[in-house]
Amino acid sequence: MRAGSGPPFFRPGTAPANRSWNHSLSLAASADIEKRHWQRLDKLGVLVTVIGLTGLALPFALFRANRIVPGEGIGILGSLDSVWSILLIAAIVLTLATALVRFNAIAKMAAGFLALAILALAVGAAANHLTPSDNNYARVAPGAGFWLLLLAFSLMVTDALTRLRLRPIWRVALLAIVLGAIGLILWSGLWSNLSLLKEYASRAPAFWQEARTHLILAFGSVAIATLAGIPLGILCYRVKLLRAAVLNTLNIVQTIPSIALFGLLIAPLAWVAANVPGASNIGISGIGIAPALIALFAYSLLPIVSNTVVGLLGVNGQVVDAARGMGMTDRQRLLNIELPLALPVILTGIRIVLVQNIGLVTIAALIGGGGFGVFVFQGIGQTAMDLVLLGAVPTVGLAFAAAVILDAIVEQISIKGRGA
Amino acid sequence: MIEIVDIVKSYNGTTVVDHISLTIPPRTISVIVGTSGSGKTTLMRMINRLVEPTSGTIRIDGEDIRDVPAYELRRRIGYAIQGHGLFPHWTVAQNIATVPKLLGWEKSKIEARVDELLGLFQLDPAQFRHRMPHELSGGQQQRIGVARALAAGPNILLMDEPFGALDPVIRAKAQEDLLAIQRQLGTTIVLVTHDMEEAIHLGNRIAVMDKGKLLQYAEPAEIIVSPATPFVADLIGTSDRPFRLLSLTHVGDHIEPGTANGSPIEAHATLRDAYSDLLWSGRSAAPVTRDGQTIGIITLAACAHLAARPQ
Repeated sequence: MRAGSGPPFFRPGTAPANRSWNHSLSLAASADIEKRHWQRLDKLGVLVTVIGLTGLALPFALFRANRIVPGEGIGILGSLDSVWSILLIAAIVLTLATALVRFNAIAKMAAGFLALAILALAVGAAANHLTPSDNNYARVAPGAGFWLLLLAFSLMVTDALTRLRLRPIWRVALLAIVLGAIGLILWSGLWSNLSLLKEYASRAPAFWQEARTHLILAFGSVAIATLAGIPLGILCYRVKLLRAAVLNTLNIVQTIPSIALFGLLIAPLAWVAANVPGASNIGISGIGIAPALIALFAYSLLPIVSNTVVGLLGVNGQVVDAARGMGMTDRQRLLNIELPLALPVILTGIRIVLVQNIGLVTIAALIGGGGFGVFVFQGIGQTAMDLVLLGAVPTVGLAFAAAVILDAIVEQISIKGRGA
Repeated sequence: MIEIVDIVKSYNGTTVVDHISLTIPPRTISVIVGTSGSGKTTLMRMINRLVEPTSGTIRIDGEDIRDVPAYELRRRIGYAIQGHGLFPHWTVAQNIATVPKLLGWEKSKIEARVDELLGLFQLDPAQFRHRMPHELSGGQQQRIGVARALAAGPNILLMDEPFGALDPVIRAKAQEDLLAIQRQLGTTIVLVTHDMEEAIHLGNRIAVMDKGKLLQYAEPAEIIVSPATPFVADLIGTSDRPFRLLSLTHVGDHIEPGTANGSPIEAHATLRDAYSDLLWSGRSAAPVTRDGQTIGIITLAACAHLAARPQ
């Protein structure tokens, strides 16, 4: 059929379908229609649905007689009043069906957020429903099913947000709304019967103390690294010989495993504290905040220095030449032209280390540095998963919020200096 | 006046500018022409000390340029480059105000100067002052680049392939603008190009460079008529010589009495344009007008005579 019979640019498949269109639906044509049906399917939506349905099948809540014994999984039907549980299942199935089909991203985002809100309320209600009155030892935690549903709907929302390409300011506003909603639920006491918040309730002062330490370590180390890294980056940009040496050294530091680096610093700092007059008075010792801060600083230096160098090297050569030719001094050129144009890249470096350090600080608890890691390691020691989560959940939330906010700032600045 | 005296520039033993001496008279346009790698840009960049010479001296109005700090010297010399090099994060007004700001002018004086320059380049200040460079067309960006170079009213303007990135139509317009502005302001312009056509069109004097050496420095007519070396002759192109010669003269200087038919030719057009018009329309003569008045005719014979090599 193909050989010699068709016109020179004959494409097998399409032409026969068109030719026989008038008579009946040929095989190829009906396949076409089927294909179009398939195209209405959202590929990521399929994944979301698979995860969501698995979540429905797994236990929604976990009931434990006390905080350290293994739990007993309970499905949605057992976790809530029958009416509410059926409504919840209906809402979940409906949202998953929305995820499956391609349509308006705004509607998808709204459906996803709505499902997340319902999930948040339901898990609190389940805890209230399952917790026996007059029993302070029993614990109700979200089960694997809840976490999978959370993952599924978060994926759906993230995908819709990516497609919407919201402006930076709106992304930050959305983050504020989500955080506000979580704050409102916490304040209302709806989640108070969840095991995580029971752990919190029994150690609230310690929680806020460690939160403060966590923030000081993460932001402090990044601040110091920024103050030291940007000038070092400028120096490496100006002095070519220095560039390779400095960047290679920092590269090696970056490859030291974090636990090892924290440990390695104990001996030298203990020596400094013992032998340098006044060192111990300003808080330097083998364990505690000082080694944690130094290790985090060391990790932060490479991304900031290298992004400063890359950002400065990326400034258009003609622009730099024009600035010189106009009679700007080296300092004026650096401050007025080169640094502002390199700023988006430098800020990206700062964003990387801030998110990285918010996570890394948890390990600092091992050497007495404090932070949310304290709960993580205590929880591992006591095999109390709720306590581990009390350390991990705020850490993840903090890193996520920092990433969203700094991404928005970087994008806002890049828009301003477009065409560089 | 710019005096370049026995200038040499070498990098690691390779000489890119080789014992060049030339004097650029005030209020003229001198064009440095050469192929890439001829050292023409390096020579120009030594005038505002973007490149420091290995040996030799450059004097501006009798003063050695090494007597003042480089950045101070550069603020007194306009500098415009190919692709304009506008600062992408600054508005048009901020870009133009660069050198006046460096010189510490008062704010009101800077604002007035920015508006004046935008007007000079036929850009409406109200419309363009607050635009960002990426919101401008290529031609507009180029004009802002030259306006910025002229902002502090320098006596000297250095231009490195200023029209290289423009399409032919906009380039021709930009060249006319530059000639008009130079006549108006009397700025001494040193312009680097690889395009002999552009050099002949713009230059009062042309310096031809090859492999770091200055081959010839003379007025365009002399370069066309008696090229100093075969390389200079090649650069002009033997088949284009008569037309290039005609392009240096205006119709108004060669009118004859009489009448002729057909569409008139403007007196300020070049003889090359007139010759082309006559050949194309198949006439032996055409009327010449100035300000709408017919003032005589230009003949094919006169054009052909003037295109011949002067004896």
